[in-house]
Amino acid sequence: MAQVVVVTSGKGGVGKTTTTAALGAAIAQSGQRVAVVDFDVGLRNLDLIMGAERRVVYDFIYVAQGTVRLSQALIRDKRIETLFLLAASQTRDKDALTDDGVAKVIGELRETFDWIICDSPAGIERGATLAMRHADAAVVVTNPEVSSVRDSDRMIGLLDSKTEKARRGERIEKHLLLTRYDPVRAGRGDMLRVEDVIDILSLPLLGIIPESEDVLRASNLGSPVTLNNSRSVPAKAYTDAAQRLMGVPIPLEVPTDRNGFLSKLFSRRAA
Amino acid sequence: MNWFAPFTRRKSASVARERLQILLTHERAAGGQADLIPILREEVLAVVAKHVAVDVDKVQVKIERGKAVSLLEIEIELPCEPASRPKPRQTLAARLESARI
Repeated sequence: MAQVVVVTSGKGGVGKTTTTAALGAAIAQSGQRVAVVDFDVGLRNLDLIMGAERRVVYDFIYVAQGTVRLSQALIRDKRIETLFLLAASQTRDKDALTDDGVAKVIGELRETFDWIICDSPAGIERGATLAMRHADAAVVVTNPEVSSVRDSDRMIGLLDSKTEKARRGERIEKHLLLTRYDPVRAGRGDMLRVEDVIDILSLPLLGIIPESEDVLRASNLGSPVTLNNSRSVPAKAYTDAAQRLMGVPIPLEVPTDRNGFLSKLFSRRAA
Repeated sequence: MNWFAPFTRRKSASVARERLQILLTHERAAGGQADLIPILREEVLAVVAKHVAVDVDKVQVKIERGKAVSLLEIEIELPCEPASRPKPRQTLAARLESARI
């Protein structure tokens, strides 16, 4: 049965799009059919992170309005056969996205895909609530930083009230994904620790993605982090998170400031 | 530690710059004519439909935006005339090259 997952955060710039692309690619690599869907109408970027920006012809709105069929708007990834992108419209008004239109598209996607991963826009407006509306599960992307944690808490509230599942009285499965984590700063006490964030948001932890230049490098090249350099630290962290999302119990290790010399070197470079 | 980091970093940044240049050139140019591709699709389909029966759902439109030239590919699936034949497919690919799509 298809799983609809929303990647959300409230705050912008915490890594929703990076996460959508990385998790989508990792799940598709295991052979499952995955559609990654951009809900950020007017400010789409998932196409760019996936490296498909030059191939977008039709977008979500065309399908929602019935102008073209879903199969005509889906862009197949050039690296992984089972990975598809549905782009958001770059030129339309964000009100072009309607309740009925979204329900129709998600319903059709459910028929042909195992996973539908919805990249939510920042904020709490229409685009964000529509992205979560039909979700079975949510990945709440959070940075270890006060404003991000506060916004995530707000989104958790919306997930528990505004989704179809919540309205039916069911529980939506929620996961916390901690991104841009810097063990050196956390060790120094300059950054919220993993336990602090889990404690405040009380969500089960899906993964910890360390701050890394590999993320920027992958986005420069238009490749999901998990595909660009699969041996890099963030790629491994995302691949493990994808496995956990699929129900594989992979033990989670909190990155620590263990190897003093190297990490000091890195911390100096990061500062 | 990756000793080639300084080189690969420069390389990925220049890839990023080039991708953005191409993308933004197209997006700025598209400003007023966002519906160009649907219009082209409809008109090309209308011409083909004059001579052959066309199923609108069996049309794939692809685009590859390039620096100097973009490639628009319209693939129209044409069913073989006698319905009794077991299903070989013919496709007609209409390729239009244009520098300003």
